[in-house]
Amino acid sequence: MSGEDKLPVLAFPSCKDATNPPPTKLEQAIAAMRAALENRPAIDRSAPATVAQDIPDSFSPVGVPRSKPEGPRSGSGRGAIVLAQGAVAPTKHSLPIPARDNTMRRITAIHLPRFAMERWLRWAAQNTLAPPDDLPVVLAVEGTHGPVVHATNRAAELQGIHIGARVVDMRALCPDLRVEFADISGDRVALEKLMIWARRWCPWTATDGATGLVLDTSGSDHLLGGEAAMLREIETRLSTLGLSARLATAPTHGAAWAMARFGGVRRICRAQDLAAQLSPLPVRALRLDGDTVVLLQRLGLKTVGDLAAVPRVSLARRFARAPLAKNPLLRLDQMMGHLGEPVSSPDDPPRFATQSALAEPVQDPEPHLPALCDTLCADLFAAGFGARRVTLTVFRTDGEVSQISVATSQPSRDPDHIRRLFDGKLERIDPGFGFDLITLVAAVAENLPTVQTRLEGGADDGAELGRMIDRLSAKFGAGAVRRPTLRDSHIPERREGWQPAMAGEIVPPAPLRTLRPIRLLDPPEEVRVLYGVPEGPPAQFVWRRVTHRVTRFAGPERIAPEWWADRPGTRLRDYYRIEDHTGCRFWLYREGLHGDGRGGDPRWMIHGVFA
Amino acid sequence: MLGGDATLSEVFCPIATDGAAIGFVLAVLDMHKHAREKPLLWVQDRLSRRETGRPYLAGMTRPMQVIAVDVSRPIDVLWAMEEGLRCPALAGVIGEVWGDPPALDFTATKRLALRAETHGVPAFLIRRAAHPNLSAARLRWNISSLPSRADPHDQRAAGAPMWRADLFRARWQTPGDWVAHHDGEKLVLDHGVEASAHDQHRARA
Repeated sequence: MSGEDKLPVLAFPSCKDATNPPPTKLEQAIAAMRAALENRPAIDRSAPATVAQDIPDSFSPVGVPRSKPEGPRSGSGRGAIVLAQGAVAPTKHSLPIPARDNTMRRITAIHLPRFAMERWLRWAAQNTLAPPDDLPVVLAVEGTHGPVVHATNRAAELQGIHIGARVVDMRALCPDLRVEFADISGDRVALEKLMIWARRWCPWTATDGATGLVLDTSGSDHLLGGEAAMLREIETRLSTLGLSARLATAPTHGAAWAMARFGGVRRICRAQDLAAQLSPLPVRALRLDGDTVVLLQRLGLKTVGDLAAVPRVSLARRFARAPLAKNPLLRLDQMMGHLGEPVSSPDDPPRFATQSALAEPVQDPEPHLPALCDTLCADLFAAGFGARRVTLTVFRTDGEVSQISVATSQPSRDPDHIRRLFDGKLERIDPGFGFDLITLVAAVAENLPTVQTRLEGGADDGAELGRMIDRLSAKFGAGAVRRPTLRDSHIPERREGWQPAMAGEIVPPAPLRTLRPIRLLDPPEEVRVLYGVPEGPPAQFVWRRVTHRVTRFAGPERIAPEWWADRPGTRLRDYYRIEDHTGCRFWLYREGLHGDGRGGDPRWMIHGVFA
Repeated sequence: MLGGDATLSEVFCPIATDGAAIGFVLAVLDMHKHAREKPLLWVQDRLSRRETGRPYLAGMTRPMQVIAVDVSRPIDVLWAMEEGLRCPALAGVIGEVWGDPPALDFTATKRLALRAETHGVPAFLIRRAAHPNLSAARLRWNISSLPSRADPHDQRAAGAPMWRADLFRARWQTPGDWVAHHDGEKLVLDHGVEASAHDQHRARA
């Protein structure tokens, strides 16, 4: 075990929308009028870009975003006149709007150029079907005119086979070509698994197309010894999985994407030399679709630098309404950081997380759990939080991730308690061939102020009860530990519902004024009866092959069906409290009446037992 | 004896479907200190739940908070009871076990008894279709229903319930046989004389 590294405790700054309320229609109209008065070009930048820039950053992994004061628009004399006339609330432009600097992130793009083929080769090797290295193999998908090449191996590439060509043509080129069918959905699932596995390097990961991953490694690289070491580590880890990868780290997603595919090996790009490093790349590096690339090349714009050198207005006139994949201007803005493009991770990164990197793969997480719990709870305590759901994740050496989670009924930061919740659950984790990284994450955390319940500093009763419920729920499942709640119904079995004790506050049912049994049979059981009088209680009944002679009774108490909830034809119930010859007291009912037109003879059921 | 120190009691039901044991246990629990404001942990195994039903709060003598645990095996009942007995915020722990499972041996009951006494949480093990074999429970009862008192308002109806409480094994006192009933506040143990008088009264009626 090389030591315990702690993921950075991520601070979520509170949303600052309160200071900048969304502009009303009136304010928008006035802003547009002012723009017209200043003779600015109408199509300066498309609408979504402007909106995206004006929204302040409310959520950043690296603390409060560095603010760049924007020149106040109301600086011109006319704007000031408008303000003086009081048409606009003066708070709108009195403060400079903090703009986000989109180049302060560090984004790592991972390109897996042969992902589908390498996955197939791995599967083939496991099934002893692996072809020799010099045999050209392609994976095909169905196209409009027969199968089309989807992925190739190195031998096929050397023979001149390229992706997108028809398989029959390529077979003419290379007669001993081996064709297998690609597993597109399987590849996608595998890539998503790999994306989760990539959380070992940073908390934000997302898939990027069919063959790529994108990681927001801002502030995570120092845990692996800097960015160069991190890229080497990522490449080594992926190569042990049999995946060849091309990596790059850059300040923006677009730049990292371009450099991973068209730049050198493990390129690292700083914010200041972004333009210099990107300008020699081809326009294909802008993530545009094929038609737009052809169009740009026809226009003589071969590289990113050429495109950036063209006056913006002339390009904007041409591409103003184009969608993102066809719009070189928006793509260029994204690449250079003029337009924000955060890594959209499928789930939120945890705020409280701790991890333990192991020197070599192990099978059992048990010895590492106490230290992880201590660290996590110390973090929670420092921030005044308590965990409601804690997830233990092990990152296996074979590219898989296995996790178990436990929940608490009220926020807790007691390390012993959290560790005990994992008792008996650690066997369920699947270690595979071993794992070398364990993370413990407070997936859901809530405010937990420090309180003292008694003057002498005694224990907190509510917390103890909550811990017991947590332990029972962790062992038997949340559905097995329940509390009764009062429901709005007069049918006896529907009056009380049972709801998981983890769910929190409930309305406990109180005793009724009329006598009710202490136990309710669920469902009611049918009994055979001997009538004393046709419309009265039975004189004798047989329940579970035991004959009970009725000595005393009270009733009937009629409970009608709930017509708004029951199905049509449900019969009413006449309940009797009955004491038999041994003194046992039962709650019987007759379902229906003679000749009520809802079935034959009424049945007798036993529904409960009195104390 | 009753309502004093918290300990483990075992309650046997000669008739499995009889509700007398539940009423008796709840009446005993009422006599413990602070029992009324604390919740009660109620653990049932699958057979007990299926054969004798689930607790119904509308029929209790007073409003109470119940945390019900549904488990499938008797050994899980013992585990859940031990967990509950560790928590002093509980008014008591009731466990219902059907039959004579091998897991419920002397050691298991001794663990329960010691834990109940350490943390001051009364524990009750309600056993149905069971034999009173070796056990470390400090009090062992046999509870069955007796014909109830007359209802003052309805001659034909059954009134307040009466139970026969047979303490057949006790650690700190002599065993005995009583007629028990709940008088709205606490459990009252009478001697059999009254009960037989009551029976005679009923016979005359």
